[in-house]
Amino acid sequence: MLPLALYIHWPFCLAKCPYCDFNSHVRDTLPQARFAAALRAELAFEAERLGRRRLGSIFFGGGTPSLMAPATVAALIDDARTLFDPADDLEITLEANPTSIEAGRFAEFRAAGVGRVSIGIQSLDDDALRLLGRQHSAAQAIAALELARGLFPRLSFDLIYARPGQTLPAWRAELDRALGLAADHLSLYQLTIEPGTRFEALHRQGAIVLPDPDDAAALYVETATTAARHGLLGYEVSNYARPGSESRHNLAYWRYGDYAGIGPGAHGRLSLDGALLATRRHRAPELWAERVERCGHGSTAETPIAPAERAREMLLMGLRLGEGIAATAFERRTGLPLDAALDPSMVAACIEEDYLRWSDDPARGRVLSATGEGRLRLEALLAAIAV
Amino acid sequence: MTDTPLDLIRNFSIIAHIDHGKSTLADRLIQACGALSEREMTNQVLDNMELERERGITIKAQTVRLAYPAKDGKTYTLNLMDTPGHVDFAYEVSRSLAACEGSLLVVDASQGVEAQTLANVYQAIDANHEIVPILNKIDLPAAEPERVKAQIEEVIGIDASDAVEISAKTGLNIEGVLEALVTRLPAPKGDANAPLKALLVDSWYDAYLGVVILVRVKEGRLKRHAKIRMMSTGSTYNVDQVGVFAPAMRPVDDLGPGEMGYITGAIKTVADCNVGDTITEDRHPAAEALAGFKPSIPVVWCGLYPIDADDFEKLRDSLAKLRLNDASFHYEAETSAALGFGFRCGFLGLLHLEIIQERLSREFNLDLIATAPSVVYRIYRTSGAMEELHNPADMPDGSVIERIEEPWITATIMVPDDYLGAVLTLCNERRGQQQDLTYVGNRAMAVYRLPLNEVVFDFYDRLKSVSRGYASFDYQMDKYEESDLVRISILVNLEPVDALSFIAHRSAAESRGRAICAKLKELIPRQLFKIAIQAAIGSRVIARETIGALSKDVTAKCYGGDISRKRKLLEKQKEGKKRMRQFGKVEIPQSAFLAALKMDA
Repeated sequence: MLPLALYIHWPFCLAKCPYCDFNSHVRDTLPQARFAAALRAELAFEAERLGRRRLGSIFFGGGTPSLMAPATVAALIDDARTLFDPADDLEITLEANPTSIEAGRFAEFRAAGVGRVSIGIQSLDDDALRLLGRQHSAAQAIAALELARGLFPRLSFDLIYARPGQTLPAWRAELDRALGLAADHLSLYQLTIEPGTRFEALHRQGAIVLPDPDDAAALYVETATTAARHGLLGYEVSNYARPGSESRHNLAYWRYGDYAGIGPGAHGRLSLDGALLATRRHRAPELWAERVERCGHGSTAETPIAPAERAREMLLMGLRLGEGIAATAFERRTGLPLDAALDPSMVAACIEEDYLRWSDDPARGRVLSATGEGRLRLEALLAAIAV
Repeated sequence: MTDTPLDLIRNFSIIAHIDHGKSTLADRLIQACGALSEREMTNQVLDNMELERERGITIKAQTVRLAYPAKDGKTYTLNLMDTPGHVDFAYEVSRSLAACEGSLLVVDASQGVEAQTLANVYQAIDANHEIVPILNKIDLPAAEPERVKAQIEEVIGIDASDAVEISAKTGLNIEGVLEALVTRLPAPKGDANAPLKALLVDSWYDAYLGVVILVRVKEGRLKRHAKIRMMSTGSTYNVDQVGVFAPAMRPVDDLGPGEMGYITGAIKTVADCNVGDTITEDRHPAAEALAGFKPSIPVVWCGLYPIDADDFEKLRDSLAKLRLNDASFHYEAETSAALGFGFRCGFLGLLHLEIIQERLSREFNLDLIATAPSVVYRIYRTSGAMEELHNPADMPDGSVIERIEEPWITATIMVPDDYLGAVLTLCNERRGQQQDLTYVGNRAMAVYRLPLNEVVFDFYDRLKSVSRGYASFDYQMDKYEESDLVRISILVNLEPVDALSFIAHRSAAESRGRAICAKLKELIPRQLFKIAIQAAIGSRVIARETIGALSKDVTAKCYGGDISRKRKLLEKQKEGKKRMRQFGKVEIPQSAFLAALKMDA
């Protein structure tokens, strides 16, 4: 079994970004102590039922986890190391925003045991940052990056592209500058209009116009080419890394391994007593905390996932990865042979169209993967091939 | 009351173009004769079907019996026969006219004679009617009574010098109309002692009474409790009730010669009551039937499909209910690979088609899609056999066809001079053959022979648009003629879409094929694979379009918290594919074909 991945959700932000549909909330004062205690309680709850599993990664996500008190981060890391069996190369990532307040805490996070930061830069253009509702300037972002590079062994940051009015040359120039900032990992997301966000309303009114699919595809291809020129390879739809610097935590999701999710709204996939359990926590932060205080955990429905559902989940995650899905790993995890989860005639058509390929890997055996062209159309491809 | 002497009866119909005031005049006549109080008058009493009222057209024939005390001191029985006012119902109109001795020709004094008026007035002349011209809307500033009178004389060829000038709206000179009816129209003739001969004018289904038959007695007496026989089928029925419309239904003991009224009996559906049939008494039958009976034959066919496949049974029930009241439309179940289960339906014409479609959606709440209307072709096989083709998809292979015939019509189009050029161009584009072109003032009247096939293909819409709505149009069925017709199949990824195939003249095949391919290119969303759309005659491709593969369709972010949602989305997509039709590697939503057909209509 793949080592366990542990996700810890911190639900608070300084401000809600207009494009973001994550479970994030703005509060005047942050209930640091209460949430620290509740998170530690949930961690203990999961360890109790999972036992001392091998732990491969910890990921502090949000919200804005860089708003957490460094002591809380330290306590959670210490707890996890004690309750589970940490791998030698245990990867500990913390998402951070590049405002001065948060950057000021970078050293303390490093001291707490964080080895990798993922910074929400989003753009190196001040106008774009304003449009995106960010609380920092490009200069601040670069300063935070410089600081982080000196402190953390591993460094990643996010950018959002395919923004309204963004031309291909403009994006190439911005990306070139970003790649020059010497991170070992980048997450490059095309702007997506999510339901319930302020951008959705603006989009509906026509105030925000996204590039058409042809332009979006061209931007995507250009992104991969430019990143590759700097040595960062696209190993997942939106993630680029120097070989060996891939996010091990996120790989656990895409490889459809076990992960425990604690904190408001966090999801998990846990092998327990021969079943694969989908877990979910209460989304509303205060309700979640109350629940943890009362029951020891904030879990809502926990449902076992049937083999056919596992198969669809593993397909939709695994084909996002350049490495694809190994047939033996698929069957081991889902209980279904990979071929049984696929429509053979559609797979044949996708192979002929160069969207999919079968290959043999000495270590992993028969592997099905989506080509670059296939990944570009992954949702339609999945709908075509999944049974 | 049924012993009315023949010389005190006048039976008449009203001929008018839509909006020229037929229903308003009818209302005024009813009011003037005191048949209804002010309070009982809903606007336009006669058009009681919602759809009729909205479109200002009459679908079912109706009668009203009025008592008019004339200036000569006698009280006359006036039977107003309200006739369907559209060419689709030309046969029904001819039977309604056959029930009367005279007609009022109502013409808008500001607009003049329209094409639709002409066809009906010619029918009235054919029925030996005495015709009294009425100039309506005389109160309008734009009224030109002298010009319109001259036009009536010139175009129709009847004397208009005694035309009655009225305003139905204000009630001006309604008395003049009533006096003209009494003094100028002939009284009916008939022998009360002869065997019964009654003309079946129309019939409809009433939820309480069952089938109600509208009749005009020509000879003999039609009595309550009589056993009647339909002469075309020989079927017999017992009469439960005999009555007149006053305008409410009022039972009487019997109806004598010259009278109009209704009968009810143990008759199950209107399909048993053929318009134009002769009703006689079973025990003392008439020797021969009244002249002019014709069974009704649909001339336009199309497929009707429920947009929601679950509505199929509801559609079947609704069609059955409509047919209860309208025997002139036909339907049979059919299956389309692209559209699923539906019905092939036959209609008397395009308006009839539209009315049925609209009633299905309005009264039965059905969401329907119609395939392009098709006329009835006659296919002569090399074996010598002839078959009628209602559905282009059923056309046999060219190698077994000796020749194909298509129906032609004679169309009369009246249009202001300014738009004549455009109208003639349209007629010529549609393979029209000019028969006549005359002018009345600044209005032209063009008579064309046209293939009906060209008329069902958006001709009305084009005519309206090239004449800015000023052209009026009417037609009569002419005859079948051999023609160079081809079936155009539409193929998606080399597979034919049955619902989109159509028959056209070879000269129009390529441009129509191209148009529909271009339309589908717009309507079919891009898919994972590219899609080839072709129009073909047999195996020869005459037009093609390619829809490129979609260029990008991938979610930017997908992490641990997104899996459940993404999986459910995928499952929903798989579910949605059940509503799609597979063409090679791609699945095309039915909605794209529906939209293509909608644009056609």
